[in-house]
Amino acid sequence: MDRRPRSFYVLAAVFGLFVLFLYGPILTIGILSFQGPQGGLTFPMNGVSLHWFRDLFQEQAVGDIWGAFRRSFGLGLMVMVTTVVISVMAGLAFRKRFAGSGVLFYAAITSLVIPSILISLGVGLIFNQLGLKIHWATSGFGAQLTWTLPFGLLIMFAVFNRFDRSYEEAARDQGASAWQTIRHVVLPIIAPSLIGVALFGFTLSYDEFARTLLTAGSYNTLPLEIFGMTTNVTTPVIYALGTLTTAFSFAVIALCLLGVWIVSRRRARLGSDAGKGV
Amino acid sequence: MRLTNRHLLGWLEAAPLTLVLLAFLAAPIAMIVIVSFWGATEFSIYPAFQFDNYEFLFSSPVTYRVFGATLKYAFVTWALTLSIGFTVAYFLAFHIRSQTVQIALFLVCTIPFWTSNIIRMISWIPFLGRNGIANQTLISWGVIDAPLEWLLYSDFSVILAFVHLYTLFMVVPIFNTMMRIDRSLLEAARDNGASGFQTLRHVILPLTKPGIMIGTIFVVTLVMGDFITVRFMSGSQRANVGRLISNDIGLLQYPSAAATAVVLLCTVLIVIAILLRFVNIRKEL
Repeated sequence: MDRRPRSFYVLAAVFGLFVLFLYGPILTIGILSFQGPQGGLTFPMNGVSLHWFRDLFQEQAVGDIWGAFRRSFGLGLMVMVTTVVISVMAGLAFRKRFAGSGVLFYAAITSLVIPSILISLGVGLIFNQLGLKIHWATSGFGAQLTWTLPFGLLIMFAVFNRFDRSYEEAARDQGASAWQTIRHVVLPIIAPSLIGVALFGFTLSYDEFARTLLTAGSYNTLPLEIFGMTTNVTTPVIYALGTLTTAFSFAVIALCLLGVWIVSRRRARLGSDAGKGV
Repeated sequence: MRLTNRHLLGWLEAAPLTLVLLAFLAAPIAMIVIVSFWGATEFSIYPAFQFDNYEFLFSSPVTYRVFGATLKYAFVTWALTLSIGFTVAYFLAFHIRSQTVQIALFLVCTIPFWTSNIIRMISWIPFLGRNGIANQTLISWGVIDAPLEWLLYSDFSVILAFVHLYTLFMVVPIFNTMMRIDRSLLEAARDNGASGFQTLRHVILPLTKPGIMIGTIFVVTLVMGDFITVRFMSGSQRANVGRLISNDIGLLQYPSAAATAVVLLCTVLIVIAILLRFVNIRKEL
């Protein structure tokens, strides 16, 4: 192994600073959420306690955090499943280069780059004018899909562009129907990427603020609830909430990484039957 | 006959996506355009076809100032996220030799992105506040005598938050294109006597352009449409177009908000159209 050039150490230092920049603030509020009962929003720490976490669980000063969490979680799961199913179908469709696929592709890109507040405003106006009640599970759900589906679709594009079609041909040559080919060949091969799409779908929905602002109706999702807190809560209880939701997000990511790891290990073990006889 | 089948099946598979985009993207945009011509009383909005909203918008000096501020935020954030994102991606792609370490460090960069944006904004307060870590440290070092007031609730804190929130949108596409550069090209450059900087300038940079463009589109559109970061990190002391719209919404002035939204949409689409001249995204995925 040859010696590292000097630029390596400079860049490594820059990278280290970048990571510190990313994690520093989050770690800080993590530490500050363990303030004692007399502690404030900044250092120095005034004792160490779980006071603010207890405060959070007593749901008195802070509104309906747990209801908001349940709604965000449910909505996240709905968006996740819908995103995976629709993205896979659309991904398969785009491989066929059907007439008009270009228009649909640019519509999806538009959906990705359009300012969130426009979707929020437009969907809110439509429901309003049609006399429909806005609700997180209808208008909020639809508004969030315009953000998660393009991400899912882009991932499917990346996946299918690297997909070896000879596996499908082999399946077809052996007499598999189109559906059997998808079910037994395509889906298992793209499974790890689907976990990625699911992770995107869930966390993008779980954190989405702007697109839910005017479309959630009278029951807040968690980001809306947190935003409400930032304007009227001046105690470290908001840090406690931040620490908990961050921990929750990390747990979801860890679960997904574990999923990917298990799927790829299974594949390494069962993927090839070469040398095993018939 | 086979040909029609392919199109039919394609459309069937793409139908759910198409329906969602029609109902929640195309229809809302159409609705905003229509409502932008409507009128409003204090309590309600009524259908009309008038240019009052646009006339008011374009005759107000506030509009131009706010659009100027929006473009300034977008440009400064773009320049910062690009330089940081490029450096980080370059380090990961060309200086880390083991693939496992590469993936691990990449994940380290992406994980904070999954946590709540608002929580990430809040987390700057103990740093930048009047009695925050930054001020206390600087005072204890004797660099300054009194706390710096411009650290929080200023353009500085707004842009800092943008960079914190969105640099990842630069790192990922740039890293992705860098990883696909054929390493033998770099060797060829070295064999031909190019210095490290020359390789960077004439080989890596041109080949990374698509990634830079995709990252640029993400960052610019996110910053231009933002209203929450600006409101939160400036303590409501600064404004951009998103805030103009959200203020009108707060006052139930939907037609006026819709007119501003239409102008914002046109601005964003023009910027994107210009950027797309430089790259074919569909080919780059």
